[in-house]
Amino acid sequence: MSGAEKIQVKVTEITPLNELVTRFRFERIDGGHLPTFSGGAHTVVEMQDGGITRLNPYSLMSSPFDQSSYTISVRRDDQGRGGSLFMHQQVKLGDEMTISYPVNLFSLDLRARKHLFLAGGIGITPFLAQIKQLELLHGHWELHYACRNEGLASYADQLTDRHPNETHLYYDDQDQVIDLKNLLRGQPLGTHVYVCGPKGMIDWVRNTASADGWPEDCVHYEEFLAPQPGKPFEVRLAKSDKVIHVGENESLLEAIEREGVDAPYLCRGGACGQCETVVLDHDGNFVHRDHWLTDEEKAAGKKIMPCVSRFEGKALVLDR
Amino acid sequence: MSKFEFPKSIASRPVWGTLEPRQGEHHLMIADAEGAEAVLDIATPDLMAKTHLIYIPKGTDYVERLQALNPAQFYEGPSYEAALQRIRRVLEDAHMGLQVYLTGTEGMMGQAMNEVMTVGLPHTAIQTEHRGSAARRMQCVHCKGITEDVEVDPFVCSHCGLNLFVRDHYSRRLAAYQGVRVDAEDHGNLPEPKGIYE
Repeated sequence: MSGAEKIQVKVTEITPLNELVTRFRFERIDGGHLPTFSGGAHTVVEMQDGGITRLNPYSLMSSPFDQSSYTISVRRDDQGRGGSLFMHQQVKLGDEMTISYPVNLFSLDLRARKHLFLAGGIGITPFLAQIKQLELLHGHWELHYACRNEGLASYADQLTDRHPNETHLYYDDQDQVIDLKNLLRGQPLGTHVYVCGPKGMIDWVRNTASADGWPEDCVHYEEFLAPQPGKPFEVRLAKSDKVIHVGENESLLEAIEREGVDAPYLCRGGACGQCETVVLDHDGNFVHRDHWLTDEEKAAGKKIMPCVSRFEGKALVLDR
Repeated sequence: MSKFEFPKSIASRPVWGTLEPRQGEHHLMIADAEGAEAVLDIATPDLMAKTHLIYIPKGTDYVERLQALNPAQFYEGPSYEAALQRIRRVLEDAHMGLQVYLTGTEGMMGQAMNEVMTVGLPHTAIQTEHRGSAARRMQCVHCKGITEDVEVDPFVCSHCGLNLFVRDHYSRRLAAYQGVRVDAEDHGNLPEPKGIYE
């Protein structure tokens, strides 16, 4: 069985925060302790949605030291593939669900002398756990949190209330923008910057930091990509000796799993590298969408990340 | 020629690079002895105008040539230990974007790298280039004393007097190679000392 180990949980709290975001609390069905984790970790939530099994990663936002329950915050995406809508519309108090052990692809670098957090919208969630971790460790941190408007600024009240000196808020509808260049320039040596938010924000921060001479290892980012729909295509799985059809609204990884072929995965969002698959033969074009393969690897066409990437063309043969 | 080709060794042994000028508003260069040549190799007026150069001559005569590069700040220290106060102060006041260059002996680069890592910069962000003496900074694993500039193997620990075998096993934390007693089982039975790389 691929993916991280599983935990059976019960939904013990559902809290709507604003028109788009709802918080869910999970506790173990057997009443035991949940594993500890480190700030920035996510869990993959399994959703049985009709005939489809959805597996979506969500950042854990509760205290990493609280083993009694986990909480996640889910932003409803009406244009998405349905995972967040399922969480918002189908999940009820007391429901039993399966989640994965925590996996961290966005951990704090504890060598840092200062942690600078940049959040965009729902990208605030991993920082909530990291802030709780750093508060216990007496770490030095600062948060810059940009949202569309005050109404959608999940947890902004709580953050400004508990950490008035560390929290800085920016609202798009009031034309407030993070003064990134000066913010980065003013940081003491040994600062690490962490960004979680939309792709445009991540690129902006990475490019600005790099142009200002920040070492790559001091710039951390997390963006879960949801698989995008695309033209259906056929794939031959050489090891399993199967030809499978990938539908318009499913990912290549999901199609492989649907056919009963066990394929490795962890994040399902193009970040962790676990699902990397060797391409044996192809006639057509790859639609690479992951953060894992280098540009050279993408151009070479010898590997694909089936969790988010697709293919357009006549034939694709994978070593799976 | 100040360059030395180190033989291939175990994974613990540091691998030094070649300095290259990087983008940035502020640059810190720390060099000792023949490390001056690596600085001279990459120096441009534009780069040096943004550079704080800390230099420990160790009996060489590069100072005039380095000063002629017109660095934004130039400090000449009689020893690494004497320069350390300044290095720490510079790092304490520095901001992200600072580019760090270390060049010269392994002992100086290792210790300076340690200081830079202490303020939170990852070692992968620090440029290095070895020049000049291939002598090593050694820690005696028995008494923990450090002996600087060791050129022969085995050597006598400058603290406890044991005869130590020079290992390639390196500690980034101590910025030193490990020296282990060579005649532990048969006291006084010593191999003839020879150069470390002979």
